[in-house]
Amino acid sequence: MRSSGVDRQLLLVAAMLMLYGLVILYSAGQTDVVTQAKGVWYHQFIWLGVGLCAAWVTFKTSLRLLEWGAPALYGFSLLLLIAVLVVGTGVGTAESSKSWLAIGSHRIGQPAELAKLAAVLMLARYLSGLKEPPRSLRDLVIPCAIIGVPFLLVMKQPDLGSAIVFIGILFSMLFWSGVRPRLLFMLASPGISLLLAFSNYAWGAWMILCFALLMVWRPYVWESVVVYLANIVMGAVAMPAWKHLKPYQQNRLLTFLNPEVDPRAAGYHAIQSKVAIGSGGWFGTGFTQGPQKRLAFLPEQHTDFVFSVVGEELGFIGVLVALSLFLGLFLILLRIARRASDPFSSLVVFGIIGLWFTHVFENVGMTVNIMPITGIPLPFFSYGGSFFVICCLCLGLAARVSWDSRMSGYAEF
Amino acid sequence: MNGFDAYQLGRRGTTASWVLGGAFLILIGAFFRTQVLQHDKYALQAQTNRLRAIPIEPPRGEIVDRNGLLIAENAPGFSVKLLAPKADSLRAVLQRLSTIVPLDSFAIEESLRRFRGAPYQPVVVLGDADFAAVSRLEEHRAMLPGLIIQSEPKRLYPQGRAVAHLVGYVSEVTESDLSTNRFPNATLGSLVGKAGLEREYDSVLRGRAGVRYAEVNARGRLVREDVGSASLPAVAGRQIRTTIDLPLQRYIDSIWPAGVRGAMIAMTPSGEIRALYSAPTYDPNVFVGGIDAANWRLLNTDSARPMLNRAISGRYPPASPFKLAIGAMALRRGLINFDTHMPVPCTGVYRLGNRGFKCWKREGHGSLDLTGAVAKSCDVYFYQLGQRLGLEAIIQDGVLMGFRDRTGIDLPSELSPQFPANLDYFNRLYRGAGNWSAPATTLNFSIGQGENDQTLISMIQFYASLAGNGEEPIPYIVHPTGATRHSTGLSETQLAGMRRALIAVVEQGTAAASRHRDLLVAGKTGTAQNSHGKDHGWFIGFAPADHPQLVVGGIMEFAEHGTIVAPYVVNVLRRYILGPAEPSEPQIRVLTDEAVRGDSAPRPVQLPDSVPAARPTP
Repeated sequence: MRSSGVDRQLLLVAAMLMLYGLVILYSAGQTDVVTQAKGVWYHQFIWLGVGLCAAWVTFKTSLRLLEWGAPALYGFSLLLLIAVLVVGTGVGTAESSKSWLAIGSHRIGQPAELAKLAAVLMLARYLSGLKEPPRSLRDLVIPCAIIGVPFLLVMKQPDLGSAIVFIGILFSMLFWSGVRPRLLFMLASPGISLLLAFSNYAWGAWMILCFALLMVWRPYVWESVVVYLANIVMGAVAMPAWKHLKPYQQNRLLTFLNPEVDPRAAGYHAIQSKVAIGSGGWFGTGFTQGPQKRLAFLPEQHTDFVFSVVGEELGFIGVLVALSLFLGLFLILLRIARRASDPFSSLVVFGIIGLWFTHVFENVGMTVNIMPITGIPLPFFSYGGSFFVICCLCLGLAARVSWDSRMSGYAEF
Repeated sequence: MNGFDAYQLGRRGTTASWVLGGAFLILIGAFFRTQVLQHDKYALQAQTNRLRAIPIEPPRGEIVDRNGLLIAENAPGFSVKLLAPKADSLRAVLQRLSTIVPLDSFAIEESLRRFRGAPYQPVVVLGDADFAAVSRLEEHRAMLPGLIIQSEPKRLYPQGRAVAHLVGYVSEVTESDLSTNRFPNATLGSLVGKAGLEREYDSVLRGRAGVRYAEVNARGRLVREDVGSASLPAVAGRQIRTTIDLPLQRYIDSIWPAGVRGAMIAMTPSGEIRALYSAPTYDPNVFVGGIDAANWRLLNTDSARPMLNRAISGRYPPASPFKLAIGAMALRRGLINFDTHMPVPCTGVYRLGNRGFKCWKREGHGSLDLTGAVAKSCDVYFYQLGQRLGLEAIIQDGVLMGFRDRTGIDLPSELSPQFPANLDYFNRLYRGAGNWSAPATTLNFSIGQGENDQTLISMIQFYASLAGNGEEPIPYIVHPTGATRHSTGLSETQLAGMRRALIAVVEQGTAAASRHRDLLVAGKTGTAQNSHGKDHGWFIGFAPADHPQLVVGGIMEFAEHGTIVAPYVVNVLRRYILGPAEPSEPQIRVLTDEAVRGDSAPRPVQLPDSVPAARPTP
């Protein structure tokens, strides 16, 4: 194997995903009605150029430099998140939220996207510095704080979709650092309790299950008490918290459960997306020919619902190809993470898997209504500058880790 | 850090692979379910999302006469429709459209009203646009978003006014029609028959509307007008062949005196209607493509009521033609035969108690048998015959002979005649048995006056039974609607005697002036009393009298006398039986010759308040 080469598999799959994304973005602009999506694929070329440059720079950057700079980057991203709360602007479907940083009328980016990568680096730096993987809830306080601060700042915007991504990053990286699954379960249980609190029976059953599991696993007594109390508290605050949510957030969650509740308003996106995908059938209606997209029934077809265009125009086969590419990408990244030369690199790559996987599952899932509509972009497909550049940075990182491991890895080849 | 050796990373990597694989399987499963298993459902939803159905009106079935001549046909026409997302944009387009083709504010408001009723349907703006208007609209198509121009067959009645009351007219179905389901399978915008044969046979004639699809975008704007797939062709209505003789119908229209109200029916003794005419008439073509407000007002406020079909919906006192019914009642009950004379010979007046009832002929007819009394229409003879029958028998037999029932002709809006069901009717009408005089009422009924109003079709039906075998046929234009229910109950010889009496009317009786050597006509004149003005004239006859082929009856309002009507009827009979060459114009005689004056209604010398005068009718 050529020692100076980049990871060819990674390069190939990433290039295919970018090409696929550009082609679909081109189609998204081909409508009979003038929509925002017209001509965005052309702009995306600019971002592609910027992204490739960024990827090249990170590929050439030592992981050690990043490890050293992680706290500064993390702090900077937190500052941006605070700034965006003060001077941020909304856009598109999330008009009322403050997620964009703008100078004058020019939106220059979404700090939340940078914060995701910064959080991955910061968490990786912290976890790789430990002697042992975290063994108790007390050991998880600092990792939770590292993720929790940007999580809360993003929730404050409010941007539920990005907030969920932080949760995905936290759990995937804790898992990869060697935290036992039962500890992850105990960490997650209050959240599950929160979701189940809307049904008395489900919540009751959940509390019994928790009790039984804690009896079997026998962690520290104080751990059991804390976990159990947290579950009870979450169940109790669920309804007040629900009332605290903005009506559009409530609607999004409600229409996820039943889109027909309000087919004209909140359920509109969910229904139209599913109709477009369902009408695609096995082979789709043909590239650029999707009637639902052409006639603007499909909303946000260049950003949040870009995958519906794949479903409508290229059918189940097109979906299968796209999902296979994503799965392929994740398996390649997994291989890179396993063979990384050091824990920090390995954790960073796995954090990227967690980041992207949450995006893909949430975004693709919401187009077929198996996930609530939260409005987060699909990597390499959705139009948008900051996220695309961040994705390129991640690719550059992964390629560097792969390159490093071939030069001085302790894994066998 | 511990836990990053190859073995542990391998284990965690395997777990991570499983989780990733499972998650992707869930996604793929969800897409498989949506795109493959539920494809049909969503494909249909996608279609209904973007397609708006535009109905294609089917060509209506033709209506032809018995020889295949066209009574109603279809001509090529255009309809202009608009597909709009919102009422505001529709109003804007209508405003622009009104600068290109004439469209008044009333029509604009009407279009907007229709749009609010069915917002996703294309709105009909012009139901019947001519080629010039359509080409002007095509020129300006760019500024008229949502414009749909459809070539649509439009109804045409080549004979227009001559057939109006027979064929009726079509117009767009109303919302109340739809809510009462008067026209099954009709949808908003369908053209349905509103009167005459168009109404009666609407389900046969209408056919089934087709549908084609126009593509709209998410804001409801028209994108493509014709989407070939999934359109349903219209099914044309079926032709109906009638018993009508169109040349005869036109002949009646051509000879009918201008400005005279009335009706005429020509029917075979078996019940086939050959012509049915009512005057004044209207042009059914004005309803095609939507009648404008001015025309509609004109038709509905005209005091002559042109929309009233006087042949089946006008009720008149039957007057002297009813004397044949009195004669038939007496014959079937065996009270008299054709040679029977009445005890009191006619001296011009008949005394009942202290009252005198006049015969129309002041000098009297002397002693007559039934044949003579029919020929001369002697009132005094029938006064006595009526008394011999008694009022109860007259009413009983009248009901049996069908003078109380609709004939059942296959036209809508036939009115039933007004005839008492029994004697109680008078007690109710005059609030007590003591308030009316049975003998005076009997005399009135004997000569076809009193509480007895018949339609022309009902009288024609009775005369057809005299011309035929005594059974009263169900009149029909396409199909008989039922079986014969009424009969005169006369024997063959009695019927022959009746026919002889009716021949005598024309040969030497009241209608002698209308006699023609070339055709032996049997018939009866009549003059219906009318308190509103001049009397109405009747004539019902059939020919050839020895072997009747056609029964023709006419009534003319304010004609003063049946002899005015007789020549028209006789000419119609001659035209039908002898052919078109022979008669030219009907001869109308001036009403000065006293001898020509036939019968006239009786005029009681003194009429107590309690005795009702014969009631006039429309």
